[in-house]
Amino acid sequence: MNGSSQRKLARLLMLFLMSFALWELLFWSLNFWVVLVGILLSFFVAIGIGPRLPAGIEKLFNPVRWLYLVIYIPYFFYYCVRANLDVAIRVIHPDVPIRPGIVKVHTSLESDLAKAFLANSITLTPGTLTIDIDGQDLYIHWINIQTDDYQKRCDEIVGRFEPLLRRIFE
Amino acid sequence: MLETIALWLFGIGLAFDVLGCIGLVRLPDVYNRAQASTKCVTLGTTMILVATGLFGVGGNWPLFIKSILCAVFLLMTAPVGAHAICRSAYVSGVKLADVSVEDAFTQRARTIRAEHRQRADEIEKNLREVEKSEEAEA
Repeated sequence: MNGSSQRKLARLLMLFLMSFALWELLFWSLNFWVVLVGILLSFFVAIGIGPRLPAGIEKLFNPVRWLYLVIYIPYFFYYCVRANLDVAIRVIHPDVPIRPGIVKVHTSLESDLAKAFLANSITLTPGTLTIDIDGQDLYIHWINIQTDDYQKRCDEIVGRFEPLLRRIFE
Repeated sequence: MLETIALWLFGIGLAFDVLGCIGLVRLPDVYNRAQASTKCVTLGTTMILVATGLFGVGGNWPLFIKSILCAVFLLMTAPVGAHAICRSAYVSGVKLADVSVEDAFTQRARTIRAEHRQRADEIEKNLREVEKSEEAEA
């Protein structure tokens, strides 16, 4: 068996184990039939979506990356709450003080998975919503454009997540 | 103790949900409304789910695990939905509100539209060929 098919098999096995773990967490039962159906379904899920997983997903099985993910969650949550308060104030303010527009920013992240997470994080944080990704350019709807300077915008929108996401996904 | 925290989380989560709904009504265009609905409503609903989960800590662990899993899925899917809605709204020609100060997406949207048109043309061409071959067979 050569290296690439071995890697594929490892991927399928990981996917199978993850789906089965999820199934068991949701059912919380070791009843024979529950386990049997769980195994069958996880098997089909692994075969069905295994080949469609983005490249480089094996990197995620590295525990060091999980550590960064654990740091990332509260970090992200802090900005998420801040974003919510910011938008909430704008919404209940009598004048609705917004300065919306679509801006273009550049990210240095390269892998698809990292960019997907970056786009999701941007959508859930301070007044920004990812509209489209084109290569390494992100188009972002910003509810309150603060500056006209390109570099400052990049720092403001993507800068705070990039370093951690690079450690997790690249 | 945990129950008190859970009740507070319920309250705060509900408040965020309500603010999100107010935003949905008060903000001017699709894009700003999507902002309010993704941010406030996602966080509010996540908080309610976590609060529900806290009631399960200690005795009813499945409840805890299920609500945390729901929260994780919600956090991962809500932004994707908002992105898809806004992108297709823009591509299909929904204008930004008049208060908007900048629009960097025009060019890219034109490219996307051209791609779509090309794909539609190809599909139509294939369909026509299929029709022709069917006619020939008949």
